[in-house]
Amino acid sequence: MEKFTVLTGVAAPLPLINVDTDMIIPKQFLKTIKRTGLGKNLFDEMRYTADGAENPDFVLNKAAWRGATILVAGANFGCGSSREHAPWALLDFGIRCIIAPSFADIFFNNCFKNGILPIVLPQEEVDKLMDDAERGANATVTVDLENQIIRGPDGGTIAFEVDAFRKHCLLNGLDDIGLTLQKQEKIDGFEQTRAQQMPWLVASRPAA
Amino acid sequence: MGKPTTLFNKIWQSHLVATQDDGTCLIYIDRHMVHEVTSPQAFEGLRMAGRAVRHPEATLAVADHNVPTTDRKAGISNPESRLQIETLEANARDFGVPYLAMDDIRQGIVHIVGPEQGFTLPGATIVCGDSHTSTHGAFGALAFGIGTSEVEHVLATQTLVQKPAKDMLVRVDGQLRPGVTAKDIVLAIIGEIGTAGGTGYVIEFAGEAIRSLSMEGRMTVCNMTIEGGARAGLIAPDDVTFEYLKGRPLAPKGALWEAAVSWWRTLKTDEGAVFDRTVVLDASTIEPQVTWGTSPENVVPITGRVPDPAAEADPARRAAMQRSLEYMGLEAGTPMTEIPVDRVFIGSCTNGRIEDLRAAAAIAKGRKVAASVNAIVVPGSGLVKEQAEAEGLDEIFREAGFEWREPGCSMCLAMNDDKLAPGERCASTSNRNFEGRQGRGGRTHLVGPAMAAAAAITGKLTDVRAL
Repeated sequence: MEKFTVLTGVAAPLPLINVDTDMIIPKQFLKTIKRTGLGKNLFDEMRYTADGAENPDFVLNKAAWRGATILVAGANFGCGSSREHAPWALLDFGIRCIIAPSFADIFFNNCFKNGILPIVLPQEEVDKLMDDAERGANATVTVDLENQIIRGPDGGTIAFEVDAFRKHCLLNGLDDIGLTLQKQEKIDGFEQTRAQQMPWLVASRPAA
Repeated sequence: MGKPTTLFNKIWQSHLVATQDDGTCLIYIDRHMVHEVTSPQAFEGLRMAGRAVRHPEATLAVADHNVPTTDRKAGISNPESRLQIETLEANARDFGVPYLAMDDIRQGIVHIVGPEQGFTLPGATIVCGDSHTSTHGAFGALAFGIGTSEVEHVLATQTLVQKPAKDMLVRVDGQLRPGVTAKDIVLAIIGEIGTAGGTGYVIEFAGEAIRSLSMEGRMTVCNMTIEGGARAGLIAPDDVTFEYLKGRPLAPKGALWEAAVSWWRTLKTDEGAVFDRTVVLDASTIEPQVTWGTSPENVVPITGRVPDPAAEADPARRAAMQRSLEYMGLEAGTPMTEIPVDRVFIGSCTNGRIEDLRAAAAIAKGRKVAASVNAIVVPGSGLVKEQAEAEGLDEIFREAGFEWREPGCSMCLAMNDDKLAPGERCASTSNRNFEGRQGRGGRTHLVGPAMAAAAAITGKLTDVRAL
């Protein structure tokens, strides 16, 4: 996973609530067996017309935001399915940070596993950043994870909260599995206790 | 006696492997289901790191999202779908994971297969790379959907890194009126709390109306917990649960069964335990529900009308309502029962179980699908299909003009050939009415199985009680 430290870039405004995972990456693109290459189909049904042409009204098709690395969105971003293809598509497009008043739980978790920082801010702060984002390429935003600060184009700053463990993993690009495997003895111990106390939970294979 | 605690907390505490200073927990996962869409990258990750699956026997693989629901002898025509299923087969073989093949009678939607096989057990932690894993909470299991990175984590370590959720109680008091089902209960709950109302919570469902539900009905309620934002729903296990599980292939047997049941009987929220939030509904006021928009919270009783965005005070919500109505091609104020449908879909992990098919067949029996409607019935698993055929339900559906299909996820998410054309309107027993969910430009109205069958007969959204 790529580290996340300080990100400076263009923020794209997406002022919709309940942006769901089907909007972020429709199911026809879930047939892939890879993690990469989904960026071209990010927000596919909003971004392209039925015949495959770019929809000129969609924000990421406008010159100012084609290179956006930050997304500012409405409440409950990422609701719906558990598909990690949603953060993969965002990442593949180049989005490394999403700012919204709230996120759906599974999507929120999935972002951290892919080096994407989702930031929850009060609605009025999101509204301010949404205004900044509307200014496009002339107004870059800086997200500083170490100091937990967002710097707007006019120099104002907004502090944000982030879970300490997740911050640590993002800053260092750490792989969860490697960390967990260091606790192998505890897992072994748990399994021994479980086999004694709840032996019915020890699984057996289905008949062939 | 310790401090009174919730069912969620009991299961959580009994699965704690380690706790970090910041409250992050490592929890043990008892059961892991795997399907073809969200697992290939996880197995690839294991391969690249040279890691094995820690407990293949606690893992169950089955293809469901991409499988065709028409004649399977012809194979899968879409090359990407075929590759995805072949990849699952190969991964299951290479890593020693049990796999139910497409021609196995036990194949079906993961969330229907798990309970049927007794893979799902009370008090267990169960995960799957699919948000509707919440279904298994109907058994008093802590079950939730995870992303592919977490799938890889569970495969490698049989654990997950998590923070504890908050506790919400949703109590549905009293009894349902005739013609009202589990689907209506859960849609009414989502209408009440909103699609993000459960975010950060595990919801325990309780109350007389929940207790009175069959296991099938309880699964329908827990299945849609995620549409209310909560990753997991829970219903305390009782005799209904044990009766359903007894004798299932993977359920404990003999003395082990007896020991398990006596433990399972302790799996309930203690008297006096405190919830972070409590919501109470009166079952007798719930009517058959139907969605009008593109979020499951956009729901009204079938006796209601398409709401008017002008009456919504919040500008963001008003804008979302306007966008929904435009997408759905609906005018504010239209009575729901005046909305014609082109397609009907009966199936999915929400409503693809035997009881659902019986409810739909009871409406279809002796009637005909309207000439303007194409209606399909997709059983949730091979075993559901077999049972339905033994009861003659397939004949009832066919005679009425419904298509009788092979099991799978089908038109719930339209990854196979079962999808809506742009502008087509569907009464669907599935769980999501998002834009494009059932096909680009497709318009979905979520309903229960009897309501879907009624819509197929009349050619429009219909109050099943009036049929």
